[in-house]
Amino acid sequence: MSWDTVIGLEVHVQLATKTKIFSGASTAFGAEPNTQACAIDLAMPGTLPVLNKQAVHYAVMFGLAIDAEIGKESAFERKNYFYPDLPKGYQTTQLEKPIVGRGNVEIQLADGSTKTIRIHHAHLEEDAGKSLHEGDFRHGVSGIDLNRAGTPLIEIVSEPDMSSAEEAVAFAKKLHSIVTSIGICDGEMSQGSMRFDVNVSVKPRGSDILGTRTETKNLNSFKFMEEAIAREVERQIDLIEDGGTVVQETRLYNGETKTARSMRSKEEANDYRYFPCPDLLPVVVSDETIEELRRAMPELPDARQTRFVEQYALSEYDAGVLGADASMASYFETAAAASNNPKLAANWTTGELAARLNNEDLSIAKSPVSAEQLAGLIVRIADNSISGKMAKEVFDGIWSGEGSADEIIEKRGLKQVSDSGALEQMVAEVLTANPAMVDDYINSDEAKRKKKLGGFMGQIMKASKGQANPQQVNQILAKKLNELL
Amino acid sequence: MNIERSEIEKLATLARIAINDETISEVTARLSSVLELVDQLSAADTSAIENVANPLQATQRLREDEVAEINQREALQAIAPDTEAGLFLVPKVIE
Amino acid sequence: MHNLTIAELVKGLQSKEFSSVELTEHFLARIAEFNPGYNAVITITADQALKAAAAADARLAEGNAPALCGVPLLHKDIFCTEGVRTSCGSRMLDNFIPPYSATVVENFEKAGAVMLGKTNMDEFAMGSSNETSFYGPVKNPWAIDSVPGGSSGGSAAAVAARLAPAATATDTGGSIRQPAALCGITGLKPTYGRVSRWGMIAFASSLDQAGPMARTAEDCALLLGCMASVDDKDSTSIDHPVADYTASLNDSMQGLKIGVPKEYFSEGLNPGTEKAVRQALADLEAQGAQLIDISLPNSGLSVPAYYVIAPAEASANLSRFDGVRYGYRCEDPKDLQDLYTRTRAEGFGEEVQRRILIGTYCLSAGYYDAYYGKAQQVRQLIRKDFAEAFKQVDVILGPTCPSPAFKFGAKGDDPVAMYLEDIYTIATNLAGLPGMSVPCGMVEGKPVGLQIIGNYFDEALMLNVAHQYQQVTDWHRQAPEGIA
Repeated sequence: MSWDTVIGLEVHVQLATKTKIFSGASTAFGAEPNTQACAIDLAMPGTLPVLNKQAVHYAVMFGLAIDAEIGKESAFERKNYFYPDLPKGYQTTQLEKPIVGRGNVEIQLADGSTKTIRIHHAHLEEDAGKSLHEGDFRHGVSGIDLNRAGTPLIEIVSEPDMSSAEEAVAFAKKLHSIVTSIGICDGEMSQGSMRFDVNVSVKPRGSDILGTRTETKNLNSFKFMEEAIAREVERQIDLIEDGGTVVQETRLYNGETKTARSMRSKEEANDYRYFPCPDLLPVVVSDETIEELRRAMPELPDARQTRFVEQYALSEYDAGVLGADASMASYFETAAAASNNPKLAANWTTGELAARLNNEDLSIAKSPVSAEQLAGLIVRIADNSISGKMAKEVFDGIWSGEGSADEIIEKRGLKQVSDSGALEQMVAEVLTANPAMVDDYINSDEAKRKKKLGGFMGQIMKASKGQANPQQVNQILAKKLNELL
Repeated sequence: MNIERSEIEKLATLARIAINDETISEVTARLSSVLELVDQLSAADTSAIENVANPLQATQRLREDEVAEINQREALQAIAPDTEAGLFLVPKVIE
Repeated sequence: MHNLTIAELVKGLQSKEFSSVELTEHFLARIAEFNPGYNAVITITADQALKAAAAADARLAEGNAPALCGVPLLHKDIFCTEGVRTSCGSRMLDNFIPPYSATVVENFEKAGAVMLGKTNMDEFAMGSSNETSFYGPVKNPWAIDSVPGGSSGGSAAAVAARLAPAATATDTGGSIRQPAALCGITGLKPTYGRVSRWGMIAFASSLDQAGPMARTAEDCALLLGCMASVDDKDSTSIDHPVADYTASLNDSMQGLKIGVPKEYFSEGLNPGTEKAVRQALADLEAQGAQLIDISLPNSGLSVPAYYVIAPAEASANLSRFDGVRYGYRCEDPKDLQDLYTRTRAEGFGEEVQRRILIGTYCLSAGYYDAYYGKAQQVRQLIRKDFAEAFKQVDVILGPTCPSPAFKFGAKGDDPVAMYLEDIYTIATNLAGLPGMSVPCGMVEGKPVGLQIIGNYFDEALMLNVAHQYQQVTDWHRQAPEGIA
């Protein structure tokens, strides 16, 4: 029997505000435990929430980016459950009246086709803290760090419009691209800035009846998400084909062991007892505010990709890669402008640079080679000061902090020799030193001579320690050999 | 309305309140009496009600996104039942 | 000195008739002498008070002292006070010393008032008799075998017994007005949003409102002027200018339209209470006011609606008391669930647990619409009743509670009997309207309260009516036996 897979995503996006959604405590990542958890975040008695304007604006910007209805009057509710990382015993979230309504996100697939994924809604809510199970404290207990408690999130809820892990990943990447492009999220997946809950079910091919779904929670990388979906789909199909049934449950995927398990604590029936939060009033976003935010919206990835094709004559592929990521796009544009060579800037950004960053697991924001430095290198490639091979060496030098391209070329004596007098001298010397090769050349037929030219070229590059300008050497060599014919 | 004993147990679980067997029937009786009182609500004709959030038409004030809280961990944890290494300690959390 | 009103104390302090330190010592001595008999004050901050009094005297000497400079008062133990235990009447917070103060407390500090200590209250403000306090019941100074009312019973008894000239209080369903009535003092619950809730431990957030208790309407006017503020830390505090509530105290009653709701004079009302309230209405009529019969047809639904909404909100508000970050924690929890369930079973008293369970029930799947949803709709009906009434009248008058103070344990077995104690006060909380209680008579030696309900932000008019009434009556000047 063949099966259809049905996937829906709930995506938690941490908003890039300076402070918490309901308190003035900092949201900066990596602080000492509980040093950024104020009395409000700790749910001390008598404390009250006051909503962060920037969080509201960021949520509206996301709504505008996906062409969604903006909830002009949204409301907060309390979702009640006990957990040590949830200080109030309820999460302040939105249910009935979310700030962002229905919208659409278009994804590109590997075969070049596109698909629209519908967004059911997106709502504002607060993040929970963290439970640490081992560390610098006594054994057999968990430690609670509430620095993250109250960090603003938008939860984006998709319709179950995806039918493969590939589509789910493409959708997740597109959301990443959108939220980082409009600057509402730093996109740092390793710090939990984006987390995915994946709802998966299977049904017999073509059937209209949805199967029972499971929810795999808290996936924080595209790779884990892809693996988790693949495994869950396989598990569900095996289960059904063996005569079993899928149980609706919450699952946890472990990216290291590549295994998933059911969450035990969810066995007891949850009843979240949502009700409107009486400490917060209706959130009204005026038409003026919406228009202001719309006018100030940074460029969206789709528009940027189109512009890159038009403005820089990039291929669809390069424009796609560069345009998807806001910091990569900005890096490219800086390098392109500073080098006045978009083509080479695109090649180097998507090629050598991306590969190196990927190898060392660095984001482009942390690149040791700045866009200006890359531009300096590109200028020297373009004006033939260095060869492609030398360029890679110079790039390595910049990467390891030796200075600018020009400084490294100078220091290492890598400058390409383009002085025609010196080159002629060099060519003449090589020809004199290799009479047999010259004879061989002369005696070869026209077609083979072109290949033989390479032998001389090698000798000359060797003699020049690779610094001879190859195009010029080629010309001089051809001229001199032709004179001998 | 009468509330079942099993329902009281479920409520106590949701509310994280330990109820012992001796008091449960007393609690059940008292809750039933309160629920009888609130059951009077069902008689109210609310068909013509529009939902208005609050009578004063007030809306949520928004706070500027500026850090206004300094680290007060020491003062805040001075009154905590159990802390170590800056963390609040609880019996092991099992997910 | 303890029989002087705040208005008189302010004059005495400013004219150097007595110093704040003298005044503070006097009241601390009274607390030391009489409080053991009433259990009204559960924390006495003598050193802090004397220091504050000395500072107040210095400011008074400089001549630019703020409104209440040097006036001693008590705070209900629901208001967080930095460095001073704030228990909310609960074992759960018996060890809780907040590192911050409530806005109300700060406002009084700014006004120069001197805190004498914290008053007893029903646990988490849940009760109408002060019998639910972890610290034991408060006794009514008028009848030691009777309740002072609740939840602000400690504040009311303290003011009645002249342990302080004034006290702060809070009112979720009648917790200022009912104890004020039962203790023969004047208490005001302002419009919802008039006074900041920051630092005031929440019972039911959409109903809770803080207000003053004192012996006279004039004192309440002075106190409210300091207490009320718009607070950026409380999203529900309303941006409405704070009036000078003393400015219109002497306005004439001529032509004032007083609504008398027939539902507030129906069965269940003690005949003696009714007689006293009717007499008060007649007294105001004699001053030129006009009595108009009105109807608040949905009044009967206010108690059931309240006992859904308040417990529902409370069930969530009290989830934070989990033994993790502050407050009570059970001994040797064997696991996380044990920590939660034992901490909460041991830390909360019976009534609090009951209300948490009721609230949990009303919000749970399958019951939400029938209870919480319906109660919110009924709340709208109640608001509409008042809105209609205020089209015809300026204020609404009636009894504060159905009968005078009952004896301890009289309503112990049936929570519903206790809940009906607030039958006349709860509707204003549901509507968000201001209400106050003024002493208007005695039944069997116990005080009776006249309730005055105003339109939104009409506290000045209510205080005006109360003050005018107190110009022609002396119920507010009477003191329990052995007090004067």
